[in-house]
Amino acid sequence: MPIIATQPSVRVVTLRIDGQDLSAREDETIIEVCRENKIPIPSLCWMEGLSVVGACRLCMVEVAGQNRLLAACATRVAEGMEITTNSEKLQRYRRTLVELLFAERNHVCSVCVSNGHCELQWLANTCGVDHVRMPYRNSGYAVDSTHEMFRVDHNRCVLCTRCVRVCDEIEGAHTWDVMGRGSDCQVITDLAKPWGESDTCTSCGKCVQVCPTGALVKQGTSVGEMVKDQHFLPILARRRSAR
Amino acid sequence: MSTQPAATAATSQATTGSAAQIQPAPDTSGTKISVATIWLDGCSGCHMSFLDMDERLVDLAQQIDIVYSPLVDSKELPEQVDVGIIEGSISNEEDLHKAKLFRERCKLLVSLGDCAVNGNVPAMRNPFKLEAVYERAYLENVNIHQQIPTQGVPALLQTVKPVHAVVDVDVFIPGCPPHADSIHYVLSELLAGRRPEPLRMTRFGA
Repeated sequence: MPIIATQPSVRVVTLRIDGQDLSAREDETIIEVCRENKIPIPSLCWMEGLSVVGACRLCMVEVAGQNRLLAACATRVAEGMEITTNSEKLQRYRRTLVELLFAERNHVCSVCVSNGHCELQWLANTCGVDHVRMPYRNSGYAVDSTHEMFRVDHNRCVLCTRCVRVCDEIEGAHTWDVMGRGSDCQVITDLAKPWGESDTCTSCGKCVQVCPTGALVKQGTSVGEMVKDQHFLPILARRRSAR
Repeated sequence: MSTQPAATAATSQATTGSAAQIQPAPDTSGTKISVATIWLDGCSGCHMSFLDMDERLVDLAQQIDIVYSPLVDSKELPEQVDVGIIEGSISNEEDLHKAKLFRERCKLLVSLGDCAVNGNVPAMRNPFKLEAVYERAYLENVNIHQQIPTQGVPALLQTVKPVHAVVDVDVFIPGCPPHADSIHYVLSELLAGRRPEPLRMTRFGA
């Protein structure tokens, strides 16, 4: 039986993004409007179908009349808003953010199972990162291969928390969470038990599919073989909200 | 470490000074661009990729002169070179010395490949203490003549570094190895007196 769409009483606002006059529903965020209108804004933690955390700061934009930058994923559109998405300042900040992600952990792209299918790699290229100007931290992180199907390599984790949110909000298992602060911060399964010993994990693999890098991968994949499929997420999210 | 201001200075120099100087004059066929290449801590894959330019090397040889390289016989780096290309990371004292020598003598310095650009596989030893690395390589994994070499080999640095961490670099070509097309693109742009944008062609791990 088809789901009958109810007509919500949301208003339409008009706004200007990079000199382009646009209209949008007032309950939309800036990044949603940009994605609909093919205006490229880099993002990492944001994902259609998951809740918003505004953690990666890559989608920061300039809004006229605001003396600070706003995260496009966490800011709703408003009537008459004037937004700049790609100023020189924003480009500089984004490049620095991506460089810091590379400097923090050990993303050795050439030997990564996600090589060529990685959002961080793609971001490096779109943000002009041809080298990292800061010194690398060179701290080693653990690799947990105890799960029979999946593996987590914390050296390649960017702490976007997509895995945490998809596990909680879509799968409903809440196996993943976040532990520690600063450079010790890491995603954990159950109460920092090895993944293979988790009582809550359903082995659905959603966390693996939404992970933007080679941090969460399938066992048995070799360099460049880990191709992820994230198409399921908007579909499941829509069904869930239509319930 | 902040090489940015220096690198920018070198960059602007390269676009206004060096790159203009290295622009070939097709009618005065006597002047070729001198190119030096070196293989530091890498696998030589980048040099192999250089050779993979195949028949394009013939045309290239009309315009450039390889004055020092693992690919040619000369043993001494000339005092003045137009373009220096470094493959591999800075892992020991010899690498460090050679990178500095290249910077001194080359007008334009190119980091070729992921090892030179970001440390790559050689830098995977960095999370471990140097003593542990020595022990693993020369004691734990060896059955006979277990010993840590001290003579005739350069001492390892505490951490492996990308080239731009020790000297200023003008052009970065990421990739493991960068495709021959990427190397050809960069050299062609430099020969045309333009500033190459290697990220159009290649990326980390490419």
